[in-house]
Amino acid sequence: MSETLPRNNIFKVIGASSLGTLIEWYDFYIFGSLAVIIGHQLFPEDAGASALINTLAIFAAGFIVRPFGALVFGRLGDLIGRKYTFLLTLVLMGGSTFFIGLIPSYKSIGYAAPILVLVLRLIQGLALGGEYGGAATYVAEHAPKNKRGFFTSWIQTTATLGLFLSLGIIVITKNILGAETFGDWGWRIPFLLSIVLVVVSIYIRMKMHESPMFSKLKAEGNVSKNPLKESFNNKANFKMVLLALFGATMGQGVIWYTGQFYAQSFLENTCKLDFNDSRYILLWGIAFATPFFVVFGAWSDKVGRKWIMLSGMLLGILFYRPIYQVFLDDTDYTKIEQTAVLSSTPAPISSVLIADSPDSLRTTSVKVLLKNGASFNKVQIDTVSATKGILPGKALIKDKVLPTPVFWKFVGLIFFQILLVTMVYGPIAAFLVELFPTKIRYTSMSLPYHIGNGVFGGLVPFIATLIASFSGSTPLSGLWYPIGIATLSLIIGAIYLSNKRDESIND
Amino acid sequence: MNTLKKFLGLVWMVLGPLTMTFLFLQAIEKVGLTHTDIERTNTILQWAIILFIFLPISLGLMIFGFYAWKGEYDRLPENSEEL
Repeated sequence: MSETLPRNNIFKVIGASSLGTLIEWYDFYIFGSLAVIIGHQLFPEDAGASALINTLAIFAAGFIVRPFGALVFGRLGDLIGRKYTFLLTLVLMGGSTFFIGLIPSYKSIGYAAPILVLVLRLIQGLALGGEYGGAATYVAEHAPKNKRGFFTSWIQTTATLGLFLSLGIIVITKNILGAETFGDWGWRIPFLLSIVLVVVSIYIRMKMHESPMFSKLKAEGNVSKNPLKESFNNKANFKMVLLALFGATMGQGVIWYTGQFYAQSFLENTCKLDFNDSRYILLWGIAFATPFFVVFGAWSDKVGRKWIMLSGMLLGILFYRPIYQVFLDDTDYTKIEQTAVLSSTPAPISSVLIADSPDSLRTTSVKVLLKNGASFNKVQIDTVSATKGILPGKALIKDKVLPTPVFWKFVGLIFFQILLVTMVYGPIAAFLVELFPTKIRYTSMSLPYHIGNGVFGGLVPFIATLIASFSGSTPLSGLWYPIGIATLSLIIGAIYLSNKRDESIND
Repeated sequence: MNTLKKFLGLVWMVLGPLTMTFLFLQAIEKVGLTHTDIERTNTILQWAIILFIFLPISLGLMIFGFYAWKGEYDRLPENSEEL
């Protein structure tokens, strides 16, 4: 069976599965990559920081329902088969992404806008919850037993490549349309484009065959009658679900989302880097690190999955705070600004009247270029009072562009974080597949995966941003959440997990 | 190692309710500060979401601890046929 499948057929299986999964990740991540712009579209203009946090909450809602999608579609996958289930998830994901691109703004329909987006985001989360487990199971059930880590690691690249694709399309669209047009309506294009990608993927997936192990199980009449009951009512299986969650996927989830999502959010929102710079840094980091998914997946076939994954967690725990401290230090231009200004170009002054008041707000903006090649915009909003004259506001430094050496230093630091992602994530599909039997595999492996990634991981930007907003906190305080979760997972994994591989998953 | 697994099982059992208590206290404190100290960033809805999500997970951690305490993880199945 799987052991005799020709090599070119395996790569067809991987290609067809990976393309659909990649597109689903793309759909899922555009939202996060555009959180700031979407926040302005969905909430009142005076919402301030809460617009971003509420948008991140809607983004997080998609993650939170992933475990429910895992249960619903995992059950379907164990009942009717892998192929048709993840075709269905693809349609749901593509449809909801397309409709997010059509939702009117808060200005047009008020709070109906964020509510509709929330509903579509929930559908996205449900669909993704069903997709990944199916694709990983499908590939693993085709792969030879001594190369399961290698072959499933191709599926593992799709999440990061989906993020890469979403960032790339966003940057290209913004550069073509210009910042103002992109903020106005251009942000919808990456969402609308999804429908084209999904149609292509559906066409390819329609040509796929059912997994050989599932087909055999079906032919023998051994398909599970109630996968949910068999997965979670059977103590022997349920305890493995808990172990997979607390000893592996929980820590893996926070490492993934800190290295790739929180890092970009931190650079853009805390360090105030330029929109393009923060995304280019991540794009380069992803491009350099992505091959390591396959490297660590293949290596796990030789040395086992456990210690590779746990090493990734340990390195994250040790190095996150020093890395993010460097991000902060190297983007603090307040001292350099005193001595190293090459030129400063003021922008036209704009004034806005304050409603029901004779006072107005005056915005002055200066583009500052430093001798080391860095630049930024210094924006100051003063109140022009009819009675008290000009009341100066606090100057904000934003849209920072890094000097070239610092830019590449940041690429290196992001690369290192994504390398940790490849360590924890490359082997995990094979690890999960080997924990559970064929007839309840889709259901059993999907739940810990999506709680670990969707809940613990997906909430990293939201919870870390929330923690950093507490009074008395520092910009680095948010990192205690991923560090704490990874530490707990590392301890549980090191003590309770086994490094042995189940060579035969044909049961 | 099995003794350590069992001992830590007690820790996981205690950690579940401790985490929830901590989160509840944080929620009460931070929601109380809304509209004054930290603008509108800590609303009841946001904290309700956090509590709603982490309550079942804390329960799961307690069950995991209970299984560990009972020695369920002393020997792990070596293949999925044992499940």
